[in-house]
Amino acid sequence: MYTTELKDRGASTADATLFAEDHALVAQFEARVAADEFIEPKDWMPEAYRKTLVRQISQHAHSEIVGMLPEGNWLTRAPSLRRKAVLLAKVQDEAGHGLYLYCAAETLGTSREEMIAALHAGKAKYSTIFNYPTLTWADIGAIGWLVDGAAIMNQVPLQRTSYGPYARAMVRICKEESFHQRQGYEIMLALANGTPEQRAMAQDALNRWWWPSLMMFGPPDAESPNSAQSFRWRIKRDSNDELRQKFVDITVPQAEFLGLSVPDPDLRWNEEKKGYDFGKVDWDEFYAVVRGEGPVAKERMKARRDAWSEGAWVREAADAYETKRQARRAA
Amino acid sequence: MTKDMIMSRDWPLWEVFIRSKGGLSHKHVGSVHASDGELAVRHARELYTRRMEGVSLWVVKSSEIIASDPSQSGPLFEPAESKVYRHPTFYDIPDVVKHI
Repeated sequence: MYTTELKDRGASTADATLFAEDHALVAQFEARVAADEFIEPKDWMPEAYRKTLVRQISQHAHSEIVGMLPEGNWLTRAPSLRRKAVLLAKVQDEAGHGLYLYCAAETLGTSREEMIAALHAGKAKYSTIFNYPTLTWADIGAIGWLVDGAAIMNQVPLQRTSYGPYARAMVRICKEESFHQRQGYEIMLALANGTPEQRAMAQDALNRWWWPSLMMFGPPDAESPNSAQSFRWRIKRDSNDELRQKFVDITVPQAEFLGLSVPDPDLRWNEEKKGYDFGKVDWDEFYAVVRGEGPVAKERMKARRDAWSEGAWVREAADAYETKRQARRAA
Repeated sequence: MTKDMIMSRDWPLWEVFIRSKGGLSHKHVGSVHASDGELAVRHARELYTRRMEGVSLWVVKSSEIIASDPSQSGPLFEPAESKVYRHPTFYDIPDVVKHI
């Protein structure tokens, strides 16, 4: 799963801090990044680079963690033991991806505690896609196919991002992610070849997940003010609109194979650009969800906080055990 | 936020190393938080070896690792660069001489 970097609209990067920093160090840093070198935790880096990365990586981590919830909703109701085992493995992978990313963010000097607290306080952002509900089993198929498909497209270029720990986390994540998309498409295939009711369920899921999936690539390039700096720093490697176009071009034929129709009346092949023209994404909806007005945003945060509180006794027991053991060793 | 929402404190960080198969050395793969070493091994098992990535795990408390200073890597590794005679290609041996 993935989040594109979300900022409150209008917020600007703390570029000013650059001027307060040592020009020689900044120049050296920029040269290393431009030469495709990797930056490692103990290397000097501009404060704005550190801040941008902490925000991007922690949002990405939160998205993986919150991303478990829509799918977790169907764990106990998977239609067969095989589907259930697969979904469990996928959801566990998402937890793993969240942890790889928290580790990467921690190397920048932000504690796990701070990041989790920010998420639970509602101060941190995560991908808007997870604030939509999973109403039927077909949604699990659509999420794997479309949401993980969009995530892979976003994440593959990040394997070559300039910050070493982030790039290494992305390599692991990408390796594990491809099964996620294939299992989703397989669910869609089964439904599309099933009874009329199952077909309708698959079409309904595509109808509801198509546009939110396109939003996963983030606002249009014209509205992504920080892109230039992020490109220079190799924190971002392809533009939002380029990736969105690529996703549409790859996904439409997959929908056609399923015999399902993409819910966009303006969608048509453009022979000249060798790609699809498609309708306008409802960005007002996107920004509303970013502001926390998604259909199930409150429910998601409540589930996270409840899980945290209900697991407190486990964390306390582990702490108590270690304290006791240390005391015994000291005696 | 209620009181129990606030994290007491982060568990210590452990660096994780995996031997991918017999005959190879352990290699660093990432880190985990855990209250003690045994739990760190269990967390590492769940987090880093879900797909048969290895046959052996090591965990080391991150705070126990002593690292060289990257900003000093120039002077630190310079002697290796200037002593090229440590490499076999430094020496001129006529082609007719075999097995050397």
